[in-house]
This record gives sequence, structure tokens and C-alpha cells, in this order.
Amino acid sequence: MTPSTVAFRTILGKDLRTELRTLQSLPAMTLFAVTTFVIFRFGLDRTSLSGSLAAGVLWATLLFAAVLAINRLFVAEREEGGFDAIRLAPIDRTALFAAKAAALFAYLVVLELIVVPVFAVFFLDSAAGLAPLAAVLLLADLGLAATGTLISSMAVNSRARDLLAPLVLLPLVVPLMIAATGASEPLLGVGGPAYDRFGTWLAVLGLYDLIFLLVGYAVFDFLLED
Amino acid sequence: MTDPAIAVTGLRREFGERAALDGIDLSLPAGESLVVLGPNGAGKTTLLRILATLLRPSAGEVRVLGARLPGEAWKVRGRIGFLGHEPLLYRDLSGRENLRFHARLHGMTGGPAEARIGALLAAVGMERRADERIVELSAGMRQRLAICRCVLHEPELLLLDEPESNLDAEGRELARNLIGPAEERTRVVVTHDPERFLPDADRVLRLAVDGSAELTEAALR
Repeated sequence: MTPSTVAFRTILGKDLRTELRTLQSLPAMTLFAVTTFVIFRFGLDRTSLSGSLAAGVLWATLLFAAVLAINRLFVAEREEGGFDAIRLAPIDRTALFAAKAAALFAYLVVLELIVVPVFAVFFLDSAAGLAPLAAVLLLADLGLAATGTLISSMAVNSRARDLLAPLVLLPLVVPLMIAATGASEPLLGVGGPAYDRFGTWLAVLGLYDLIFLLVGYAVFDFLLED
Repeated sequence: MTDPAIAVTGLRREFGERAALDGIDLSLPAGESLVVLGPNGAGKTTLLRILATLLRPSAGEVRVLGARLPGEAWKVRGRIGFLGHEPLLYRDLSGRENLRFHARLHGMTGGPAEARIGALLAAVGMERRADERIVELSAGMRQRLAICRCVLHEPELLLLDEPESNLDAEGRELARNLIGPAEERTRVVVTHDPERFLPDADRVLRLAVDGSAELTEAALR
């Protein structure tokens, strides 16, 4: 058996190299997020947002931008025979789950490095809440990566994958979004960040991440069977 | 007496209510070549994918290189070279990058892997085009690279589905050195071109589509 760390690095490296070369996911995600912020700015007719409204705008935008990447996550494996190649190799198939989740996590982090400052320029009076917000973003990204990878691997074999992935994913990430907006709301409040129940919401995010990483690890091998 | 490389008894595979394979019995000793013939829809590719551990049989017993499938499939992955209808190459990577990817998945890294990749690329006449992306190559060139991928990890058993499709005369001759008959090379070849492959066959399996999936097996030598 090839060591799982080697398989993980190989698959992740292939995905990142392909994305850098083709730019199929990140530019679309970024354009979507920035356009959505523009729509919110003019749709709400507000130059400043705070509290729950700011958190809602940010997380709704990031979630739907993430769906764009989730829809494409396994397309190369499906259309170019990657699933067969990986099933033929002497590797633990959960390395594929881990590598795909890591790739999606990396896309989300890069997306947020670009669009969260744009969000701050468009809507926030103060950038003081952005530093603690990074912890919320990272924990929520991990959960989105685990859940999105799992759902994408199931949906990719369906002809209606573009429809199926969001339909199955969105109900599953409701708890994640409640926790992410709950943790973000006091950080984006008027007058600077507050930390009411911040630790509790981070713990909820961590628990969600743990559950879906374990579920992915447990069931992914079966999802690759014919 | 050693175990056969492939031993199949009463193999059945269904897709919905239709049986693509029904009651297939087959034995292939190590080092021999089996040619599988049959019309479209006879189940040739299905048989090959079951032997490659890519499909699960619906019923029957399948042993490949001593491992019972599908339960012990993990034992034979890495010992099989599979060449299917698709080249299993990523379009946006170059031929060399694709071969490196597959080499690493099979535990081959560093200098030995690079040497093996270089030798295979030379063997199929693709050294000069190896750093171009797959999407920029012709179907014949992709097939040459797919053959390199198939034999990269020096598998004990080759499962080949129309291995010479898209190859020109030169490509066929070059490919023959890598996937043609040879001592210690066990092969299952699915083809619609019996004149090309029957001379090399030790055994022939004829699959039929007549409702009962008629099977014929014959030793030619």
C-alpha cells in the first residue's frame, strides 16, 4: 500500500496545480461574491452594515460562492477517469476525501482573503472585528470543506449534479451557518467587536467540523464503489 | 500446480433487470494471453472492469491473482494494469505530469520513478511531446500515454480493452513491446479485431448477446 500521506499530497498537489493552471473555480467564486456584495449594497440601500445583518450578508455570500467550487470539485475525476485511476491504485481511498476537502478549504481561504476586505470596504465602519473573525472563518471553512466534499462526491455521478449538490448541501450546513453567523454577529457590531458567547459558538463550529470529518472518513470508501 | 491468474465461476453481473454477464466460467494460467471477443453489448468491458476490481459481481466467484473479489480487492490493486476506453489522464496536466501522478499513487517516487517514466515515454515515441498538456494531444498520442500509465508500475496482469484503438502502424508496433505477449506477462485483451490478436492468444473467450449470454472458450495452441 502507498502511504496515505503520499497519496494525499499527490492528489492535493494535482488539484492545486490544475486550479492554478485553469482557474476554473476561484475566479468564478470571487466574481460571484463581489457581485453579490454590490447587489446587497444597492439592494439594501445601505453604506454600512453591522451585527446580524452584516453577518447574514457575509455568510450567505460565502456559502453560495462555496457551492460553485463544490459543484466542480469532482468533475475532473468523473469526466477524465480520475475515480478509476484512484480505485486502481493501492491507496486508502479516504486520502481522496482528505485531499479534496483540503483543496476546497484552500479555495475558501483564498476566496476570503480577497473578498472579506472587499466586504469590509463596502459595509463596515471599522475593521477591528476582522482579526477575531478569522477564527470563525477558518472553522466554518473546515466544516464547509468536509460537508461539501462528501456531498459533491455523491452528486457528481448524477446528471443533475448542479441541482443535487446545493439541494442536499444547504439543509446540512444550516447548523454551521447558524453557528458562524452567531459567532460573527457580535464581532461586527456597532462600536467594535464584542465576545458574547463567542467561545460557545466556536465550540459548536468545532463540533460540527469533527462530526462531518468523521462521517466523511467513515463513509467515503463506500461512496466510491460502483 | 500453481493457482491460475484468473479463476471465474458462475459470474453474473446485472444492470437493473438486465444481465450483462450470466454464468461465466473462466480460468487463465499465469503468463498466458486471453482474447475476449463478442458483439457490442455482450459484456466484454463489464467483464474486464470486474477483473480490474472496478465493478462488483452480482453473483459468482471471481479470483484474480489469488485474491477473491470484491472482498480482497485491496490485495491486487497495484498489481493490475488496466487500459480501458478512457485514457485515465487529466486533460490539463502534461503527459509527464500525469505519469508522475500515477507513479506516486503506486508508491514510486524520486529518481527510479523519473527513470521509469523517461524509459516508457521513449518506448512509445513520446519524449518530445511529453510536456504538452493532454488536451493538446491527438487521440493516438493520448493512447500511447495511456499505455505508459497502464504498465508504469510493472503490473503482473494486464487488462486491455481495445488497446490499439487510435494508434497508427508505428504506434501499434511500439505498443506491442509494452503490452504484447511476453513470458511472465498475463494478459486479457478485449477486441473487435480478432485477426490482429488471435495469433497471440493462448485462449479465446467468446461472449454472445442472444438472451442467454452464450459463452465459448477454446484453446488455440
